[in-house]
Amino acid sequence: MLQAGFLHSLKAGRAAALALTLLAPWSYAPAATGADAGAEQRVSLPADMDKRVAACTACHGAEGRAADDGYYPRIAGKPAGYLYHQLLNFRDGRRQYAPMTALLETLPDAYLRDIAAHFAAQHPPYPNSARAPVPAAMLARGEQLVREGDRARGTPACIACHGSDLAGLTPSVPGLLGLPRDYIAAQLGAWQGGTRKTPAPDCMAQVLAGVAPGDIAAVSAWLAAQPVPADYTPREAPDHILPLACAGVPQPVADQEKK
Amino acid sequence: MSAPRMTRRGAKAWAVRIAAAVLVLVCAIAAGAWWLGTADDAMIAATTDDFSDATLIQRGAYLARAGNCMTCHTARGGEPYAGGRAVPTPFGTLYGPNITPDVEHGIGSWDADDFWRALHNGKSPDGELLYPAFPYPSYTAVTRADSDAIYAYLRSLPPIPRESRDDTLRFPYNQRFAIAFWRALYFRPEVHHDDPAGDQQWNRGAYLVKGLTHCAACHTPRNSLGATRSNAPLAGGLIPMLEWYAPPLTANSPQGLGDWNASEIAELLHTGISPRGTASGPMGEVVFQSLQYLTEDDVQAIAAYLKTLPASDALGGSGAVARTTGAAGMMALGAKIYEAQCLDCHGANGEGKHPAFPQLAGNLSVIAPATANAIRTVLNGGYAPGTAGNPQPYGMPPFRQSLSDSEVAAVVSYIRSSWGNQANPVSPSDVRRYRTISLN
Repeated sequence: MLQAGFLHSLKAGRAAALALTLLAPWSYAPAATGADAGAEQRVSLPADMDKRVAACTACHGAEGRAADDGYYPRIAGKPAGYLYHQLLNFRDGRRQYAPMTALLETLPDAYLRDIAAHFAAQHPPYPNSARAPVPAAMLARGEQLVREGDRARGTPACIACHGSDLAGLTPSVPGLLGLPRDYIAAQLGAWQGGTRKTPAPDCMAQVLAGVAPGDIAAVSAWLAAQPVPADYTPREAPDHILPLACAGVPQPVADQEKK
Repeated sequence: MSAPRMTRRGAKAWAVRIAAAVLVLVCAIAAGAWWLGTADDAMIAATTDDFSDATLIQRGAYLARAGNCMTCHTARGGEPYAGGRAVPTPFGTLYGPNITPDVEHGIGSWDADDFWRALHNGKSPDGELLYPAFPYPSYTAVTRADSDAIYAYLRSLPPIPRESRDDTLRFPYNQRFAIAFWRALYFRPEVHHDDPAGDQQWNRGAYLVKGLTHCAACHTPRNSLGATRSNAPLAGGLIPMLEWYAPPLTANSPQGLGDWNASEIAELLHTGISPRGTASGPMGEVVFQSLQYLTEDDVQAIAAYLKTLPASDALGGSGAVARTTGAAGMMALGAKIYEAQCLDCHGANGEGKHPAFPQLAGNLSVIAPATANAIRTVLNGGYAPGTAGNPQPYGMPPFRQSLSDSEVAAVVSYIRSSWGNQANPVSPSDVRRYRTISLN
């Protein structure tokens, strides 16, 4: 019975994922007729899109490769759906950084999609990851959390959603490598403290509830210390099964009853 | 021994009499002011009894856009019209209330007369005086027919049970009865009548500008009690608290619309850009939320009406802005920064490249007496609003990270005094002030 329910929900999930992929406006599907306000047809981006986003690259670096001060994260090559949702979150006050909000205040959804698609298609080289002096025990704890999670607390592993190679999934799960340690720690902390949010269901808020500050530091340190492999881009894995539901992520979710 | 006592007693009696007279006078004035400030205009009967009519609702949706009701009555990322946006004033902060038809938290229990009374008389259904942060000094000119249409539209929205947030005004401004005295001085309900001297287009423009689009709320300077100055209508001014300068809409040149033609004005209202400049700051939001949705006829009418406004005396003559030459070294530094950072987009002569990059020569925000717009734009960058007419705007990069206060002051001073621009230089302390101001 449980098994049947699981298979059924998996099937439904797959169908939904397929439907979403077909309808997803960021794929520029010519038949896009979703109810989403920003979901209108776009054939291609303007040729001088790099000039139009000069306001972004002033801080995020040429092509969105990140600034070298470790504060403004890399946006290049992140999945388009992820970037689009972050732009919405900043514009609509679910992420708190006033200069971002001020820039986006008068931009419509459709153009935020274009901006996201533009940066998702940029693939400038990654810098060599800086090896910070971190105690070995801390790195080991970080790696354990990334790969296995914390079963006792019910915290899923990072790789459960972000992929075994941590490269993320199209269209909306970001990769976790090639980011500064402080940036990762700040995001996880903000999510835990409620100053970074998504519309419901906010999976990261659920994941981080009750995670100790030391564990956040360990995960951030380990992730930031990993070299970025060649050809590091988010994978297309519409059938990847997520441990919990996330707003804007079309992949199917494991049957809750199975737990 | 007794004589001085008598005199003292007499003096005391006189003092009491004078005090009583003063008290009576004050009471009489207060009573008069109270009467003036709370008097209702004659009720005008509703224009319909079918508020579910689809055409009426659709017209109301259009008018609600024109009035930009949504901006103050919607929190960032919140349900439309469910309230919650902070409206900062020098007297404290007010929060746009919920105007969805929720009975408990919104205006679900209001009838069309109640709605008209709020718009026209600035009163709640129970007679409470409303704070003029709700721009009823403009909305009073809205016709009963338009009020009914907006009411029908709001009634058609899904009711949202979101509690309206209490205002946090300081004493004495938090004493609602005091609004009566403010109103006695600065507010009279007013019914709009077309002026037979103007044609239909001009009258439509006048009706929109004075009423629903409430241009005066930002473009007319305010006095110390927060009232728009009657001797300087639409003469421009720094918007209190928001710290953006709303340029004059009068025919002044070069500070106002004197050099603009009607089609340039209409283009800015409709698309957010024009050959003479871009809508930025709060005006960008007004175009994004409201004006881009107006019909071509309505933006043309607004433009045509604005072009008939005479130059305002409040600006001190036409175009004579005192010029103080900045230090030569500052100008040289400004020129160098301009060449390195600005010239690619804005051109060697500040001519810009319409429609992508705004012209800086003669740009009203650049040459304004208040330096807020120019400094804030250089510090924070910004996008022209994304509109149907300009759906993929270009973004100006922020320079707060890469330029120091002195460098921003130098380049802004350079731009303000080049290519025919004749505005005062700005100082690094001006820049510092806007670097630390809240962005949103």
